[in-house]
Amino acid sequence: MPAMSGVTVGRRNNVTVTGRADGPVVMLAHGFGCDQNMWRLIVPGLVEDFRVVLFDHVGAGHSDLSAWEPGRYATLDGYADDVLRICAELELPPVVFVGHSVSSMIGVLAAIRDPARFAKLILVGPSPRYVDDGSYLGGFSQGDIDELLDSLESNYLGWSAAMAPVIMGNPERPELAGELENSFCQTDPAIARAFARTTFLSDNRSDLAKVTVPTLILQCDRDAIAPTAVGEYVHAQIPGSSLVTLPATGHCPQLSAPDATLAAIVSFAAGTGAGPVAGAGTR
Amino acid sequence: MGDDAGLDPALLEDSAEDLYENAPCGYLSTRLDGQIAKINTTLLSWLGYRRDELVGRRYFSDLLTVGGRLYHETHFAPLLAMQGEVGGVALELKTADGSRLPVLVNSVVRTGADGEPLLIRTTIFEARDRRAYERELLRARQAAEREGERLQLLVTTLQRSLLPPALPAVPGLQTTAHYHFASLNEVGGDFYDLFALGPDRWGLFLGDVCGKGAEAAAVTSMIRYTLRAAAVYDPDPAAVLNTLNRALREDYERDFGRFCTAIFGRLSRDGDSFVLTLASGGHPAPLLIRAGVASYYPVRGGPFIGVFDDAVFTATTIVLAPGDTLLLYTDGLIDARTGEARERFGEEALCELAARVVPGTATSIVKTIIELLDGFGDGLDDDVAVLALSVPPGSGPGK
Repeated sequence: MPAMSGVTVGRRNNVTVTGRADGPVVMLAHGFGCDQNMWRLIVPGLVEDFRVVLFDHVGAGHSDLSAWEPGRYATLDGYADDVLRICAELELPPVVFVGHSVSSMIGVLAAIRDPARFAKLILVGPSPRYVDDGSYLGGFSQGDIDELLDSLESNYLGWSAAMAPVIMGNPERPELAGELENSFCQTDPAIARAFARTTFLSDNRSDLAKVTVPTLILQCDRDAIAPTAVGEYVHAQIPGSSLVTLPATGHCPQLSAPDATLAAIVSFAAGTGAGPVAGAGTR
Repeated sequence: MGDDAGLDPALLEDSAEDLYENAPCGYLSTRLDGQIAKINTTLLSWLGYRRDELVGRRYFSDLLTVGGRLYHETHFAPLLAMQGEVGGVALELKTADGSRLPVLVNSVVRTGADGEPLLIRTTIFEARDRRAYERELLRARQAAEREGERLQLLVTTLQRSLLPPALPAVPGLQTTAHYHFASLNEVGGDFYDLFALGPDRWGLFLGDVCGKGAEAAAVTSMIRYTLRAAAVYDPDPAAVLNTLNRALREDYERDFGRFCTAIFGRLSRDGDSFVLTLASGGHPAPLLIRAGVASYYPVRGGPFIGVFDDAVFTATTIVLAPGDTLLLYTDGLIDARTGEARERFGEEALCELAARVVPGTATSIVKTIIELLDGFGDGLDDDVAVLALSVPPGSGPGK
């Protein structure tokens, strides 16, 4: 039995702290199938004014894989608990929590449990439930999700190994070498399967109304994973929340439209709190 | 070459246009946001769509299954934007009739003269065969995993049958044991037991069979029952080890010779103290912790058990007074490799460790050893058994 108590969250979650030491804290949480690399185009724009805390969920990136326990991470609460532990262990003042994809719901759960730890929430491409349910349209049928979980099971070669050769080297663009020094979004395939199950079968719709922290929803205008209707649903359910629609395609605006994403994060994080923020598409 | 007259007439019929439309692979051009701009006939026929159903209407990710879409969003598209190309990615396309087409996908970003990205070109190869191989690999892996689980279950069940489920209570004595398994896939060769021989009298033993695995387990089983039976017949430790020696000699003479090291003890209560008579067959000396000082207690005895026909074992008696602790262990503990230099942990380090434990009771010393064993990581490749006895410090003079 590994001595859990001896493992600090720093190692367990591969926590990175950068930026201005006395600045307000922005904590960036990656989504399913990725790691803190996801934020690399955003971080340079934050470090001058903010203290930036990055981490990998247990099972992803360079987290301590031995700390992964099926029971603990069978629900998003286990991940929310990790977020709170990081805040506590680093003795962070209230943070602006930026959660991408499933991490937006992890942030919601953490902020409900301990609101004092959070100054603001920024939810990037959030979805409280991926599967359609009656009049609620999550964007996926149960069959879709079953197929996804099944494909993660059967097509493990495609998910785990296919990316390795592509990211090995890129002689024509040496500037990428440093950036990709370690890897792009390492994920243990067995843990990824379990995380997918936790992510895509969760239903956090009833939690949204319990959020008391000022919240911004960042929605892409063409997102195959979290459709605009879902972003609007989250906006309607979280009291006093703001919604910004980014002119970005896909589920990862921090990669496909980093400038607009950064501007929206900075504007809300540095702003006085709730209420509309500067930028096109604010509602 | 370059001489048209020498060309096969069939090649003259070939054209770039025909090669594009009817190539043995799918061609797809999309805008940077993924909207389909151009698609070849081959891919249309694989998918079962008409050109006007897709071009200008649908996006590349619309053609993917959910898993593929997620992968496309989180890996494929970001990498493509970053590197300008992505190759050899396994995806599944959804065809018009709902069936799935396994494919391998390569994409490059086509840039204009000014270096600005213009569009994305994608080639798509049908990969049913590859998917079938993958499924075979998966099946083989799952079968191997099931076998592994079966083996582990077998090993743990067998191992459990060779160890006491719990130590019996010995009034006035704290007893703790621990067994560290070096591998879940192999039965270890260490053993221990503590059992009542009568009112206020107990027998105990701890030992190590040479080797591990199924054969060692069979020997361990035989040793356990021989020791238990011999102790009932004559609990003198030297006599018990003599009996075991004879049994091992007879049973394994004709084979390649299994032997073991073991300590056998007979324990009886005497007021607040315990009298322990021990005999050792080639086993490391037990550690006695008395008044904060740890030292190895020389137990005379005899050679390895099962090696010599004429082995002679003799017994030694220790009185364990209130406050005393005795630790029996197998050599996996002191032979563990530690640190960067992979140095042997050694007798001296164990002695120092045991002396530092406060309070030096059986329970806290075994707890410290468990932490130590966990800390060894892969430096520990042998099983370890420990059995500790301590007499709680007395509240006054013995009765």
